[in-house]
Amino acid sequence: MIEVRGLWYSYGEIVALRNVSLKIELGEVVAIMGENGAGKTTLIKHFNGLLKPQRGYVKVFGVDTREVTVAELSRRVGLIFQNPDHQLFAETVWDEIAFALKNFGFPKDVIERRVEWALKLLDLYSLKDESPFALSGGERKRVAIASVLSYDPDIIIFDEPTVGQDYAQKERLAQLIKLLQSQGKTVVVVTHDIEFVAENFPRVVVLSRGEVIADGATRKILTDNEILEKARLLPPQVTQIAWELSDFGVPRDLLWLPEIRDAILKIVGGRL
Amino acid sequence: MKVLEGFEFRRGNTFIHKLDPRVKLLYSVYIFALAMIYSHSLTLAVLFISTLPLFYVAKSLGKLAKSLKGSIILIAFIFIVNYLTLGFERALAMSIRFLLIISCFSIFFLTTYPEDFAEALVKLKIPYEFALTFTMAVRFVPSLSREAQIIVDAQRSRGLELEKGNFIKKLRNYIPILIPLIVGAIRRSIKVAEAMESRAFGASPKRTSLRELKLKLRDYLFLILITSFFIFALYLRYCIGIESYVFSIFELT
Repeated sequence: MIEVRGLWYSYGEIVALRNVSLKIELGEVVAIMGENGAGKTTLIKHFNGLLKPQRGYVKVFGVDTREVTVAELSRRVGLIFQNPDHQLFAETVWDEIAFALKNFGFPKDVIERRVEWALKLLDLYSLKDESPFALSGGERKRVAIASVLSYDPDIIIFDEPTVGQDYAQKERLAQLIKLLQSQGKTVVVVTHDIEFVAENFPRVVVLSRGEVIADGATRKILTDNEILEKARLLPPQVTQIAWELSDFGVPRDLLWLPEIRDAILKIVGGRL
Repeated sequence: MKVLEGFEFRRGNTFIHKLDPRVKLLYSVYIFALAMIYSHSLTLAVLFISTLPLFYVAKSLGKLAKSLKGSIILIAFIFIVNYLTLGFERALAMSIRFLLIISCFSIFFLTTYPEDFAEALVKLKIPYEFALTFTMAVRFVPSLSREAQIIVDAQRSRGLELEKGNFIKKLRNYIPILIPLIVGAIRRSIKVAEAMESRAFGASPKRTSLRELKLKLRDYLFLILITSFFIFALYLRYCIGIESYVFSIFELT
């Protein structure tokens, strides 16, 4: 469980977070959205203690992040960075995934079991002896994800996981998030990808200029023009069509393709 | 990384900023040479103090202080090593010499626009490719240090503790930082080269410059001032033998 209250953070003169408060419960799946420089990455860096609050507090599992080290927090809060090239360094994919496990001091047999599990989970088993530098962009991303999932953190945070990924990778990621959720994990994802959020996340937190401007049900927020404009986001395509057709009686708060299909069919009397 | 702050160009409009980079470079070379020729702590200290008015005119004293503060560990290291091998006076002299070298080059880099520096090198008959390589290296220092910070964060998030272990272990802790940093720098250099080639870098053998460097009256005045200072210092050192004089005073007391 993550609890943020009255959090302020600034880099020198630039204020990145202004009085941010939010609560993420155990087992929740949450998307954090907002324009570039809105403070999204600054916020999630507080969740595993990389940044410490300058004002206010952040509590993870009831513990103030100022009282524990990054290593201690990371054991339970896995943070997956946007660019895998910022972390890949080992000689083989296997070693790369074992890195965190070794840092946390797991015994050898556990390390082997966990690395194998993570390799299979992300469909990397056949690449386990390759150099991480020889892999494709999508594969590198998966190695980075595997290297964090391998130690089984309770909270998993993704920073922009869909950037530069093709449709198949995104689908795979969506499946992975569902799987983690079914295991009772808490998943927080920072993203600009509104379609991805509309399809996969029940809750959205919207940041703008360091402030939380909306926090709640995805359906309510992503179909609210005022919030979207403030955060410089375009509504999902289905919602855009719903707005265009609202004069004909289509509800304005649609997010998913089957919904709008049904709405249109209902208006035309079941026949096109 | 704080040491580098004293070498980062800041826009400014002072007398020193406006000077021709070649003259400023010559000044740095003069002081560097004097720092090598003189070897007593007192004379080196006088030389160091003589550079401060330039920082004052360039409104950059604060920057110099920051960069000297950032290099305190290095200076302490130099002092201790020399103290153990050569004694107090030599250790003091070496430390001041190091300060002097930092200050004489930071006045140049603090007040010289990187492009002007490249232009100055070209005027000194250094091939443009080399001049550009150098200015680009300077240009990429801030991006590199930003990237290093991200990498440190990413690895700490995977449980890496840089401060943990004995000396050897501590060094090994930096491997997961250095490898992504170096690989990233190489990748970027290839990308930059491709981007430059796709914008026709090197298409015409002879380049012309938008801003031609030309020595103005102030440059000549400054040139005369520093050259006479340099010659005077040489004269004091070799013809008067001021240092042996200083040494003997200290030995008497």
